[in-house]
Amino acid sequence: MPIRAQQPNVSVVTLNIDGQDLSARADETIIEVCRENKIPIPSLCWMDGLSVVGACRLCVVEVDGGPRLQAACATRVREGMSVQTNTDKLQRYRRTLVELLFAERNHVCSVCVSNGHCELQWLAQKCGVDHVRMPYRNTGYSVDSSHEMFRVDHNRCVLCTRCVRVCDEIEGAHTWDVMGRGSGCQVVTDLAKPWGESDSCTSCGKCVQVCPTGALVKQGTSVGEMVKDQQFLSILARRRSNR
Amino acid sequence: MSNGQPMSKGTRVTVATTWLDGCSGCHMSFLDMDERLVDLAEQIDIVYSPFVDAKELPEQVDLGILEGSISNEEDLHKAREFRARCKVLLSLGDCAVNGNVPAMRNPFKLDDVIERAYRDNVDLNPQIPTEGVPRLLATVRPVHGVVDVDIFVPGCPPQADAIHYVLTELIAGRTPDPSQVTRFGA
Repeated sequence: MPIRAQQPNVSVVTLNIDGQDLSARADETIIEVCRENKIPIPSLCWMDGLSVVGACRLCVVEVDGGPRLQAACATRVREGMSVQTNTDKLQRYRRTLVELLFAERNHVCSVCVSNGHCELQWLAQKCGVDHVRMPYRNTGYSVDSSHEMFRVDHNRCVLCTRCVRVCDEIEGAHTWDVMGRGSGCQVVTDLAKPWGESDSCTSCGKCVQVCPTGALVKQGTSVGEMVKDQQFLSILARRRSNR
Repeated sequence: MSNGQPMSKGTRVTVATTWLDGCSGCHMSFLDMDERLVDLAEQIDIVYSPFVDAKELPEQVDLGILEGSISNEEDLHKAREFRARCKVLLSLGDCAVNGNVPAMRNPFKLDDVIERAYRDNVDLNPQIPTEGVPRLLATVRPVHGVVDVDIFVPGCPPQADAIHYVLTELIAGRTPDPSQVTRFGA
């Protein structure tokens, strides 16, 4: 979904979320309406100001009591829509999704530079993940420290693709992209060249700031020192959409 | 445990603890409860632990607390013994709950790990210990990877407040929700 200029004559719909009657612009998604109305829905890949990929599925909700769960970030509101955001079934699904992320790669919070400032860690706590029920894969992933300012640790990557989108849509460099499939899937810089040898990277650091975990970090940070600042994104996005 | 009844009527709740592959930091955090330990001591009896002299785990214990991950054959034996003898088993800290630092060797082959630790980085008389030490397992696992665990208290280490909350809830016969007070890496 590209970021568009606001339409002056957009229609308004009314819908019900968790028993609350709400009104929203017809071009909004369920997650946007929930965020405006302080209804908490966990999310990882979704980010205000970036396009929507609906990849992490953490924001799934039940719509009109139907059996098929919908990603709140990728579903537009409709007149008369009825949404449930926090049923037992959704809690169970979200918990399993977060556990699978922990089981797939090597997220060792206690020695991570992002410890205490990590969206995955917060999500685990919020979703009640006090342990991971499935066996860990225990496969090692590479760490690329070739860039003079930044580092990518694929062990911590959850493939949310925020870095890919911010680099393409906001910075306009498209240094980041995605390579491989399944558990071999990885974010790459410039057709899988070492980051430090990238010709397209402008070293702006936007990818580092939007990364929800300790996958993209500043060089020279120690445990718990990597604090990210994501405010720039909504400011830039708003200024652009008002043009 | 969750039936609203105190864990042990009339008498004190018996508690056993031990450390497996960990740094003993979770036990130190237990001691960090400071003066609250005095009140706690009136409600629980620590029947087996690095804190006390007892050498044998009693046949029946109300609450077992395990720190550390399952990295060698002795850890495995202790975890199974605790599970068999404890009514409620609690994983204390990230190593017990998710493998944490000890499990960071898992992406490597065990032989490579041993070579690295006992030969590659040793200047004087390098040798691999074989006598009087338990054999390492190929894969480090969290405690619930080898036995059923009832309560999980993540954290590296869990704060004394978190341990106190969990213990007092258990003693009162309630099921604690540790996610309210601690998390991975806390």
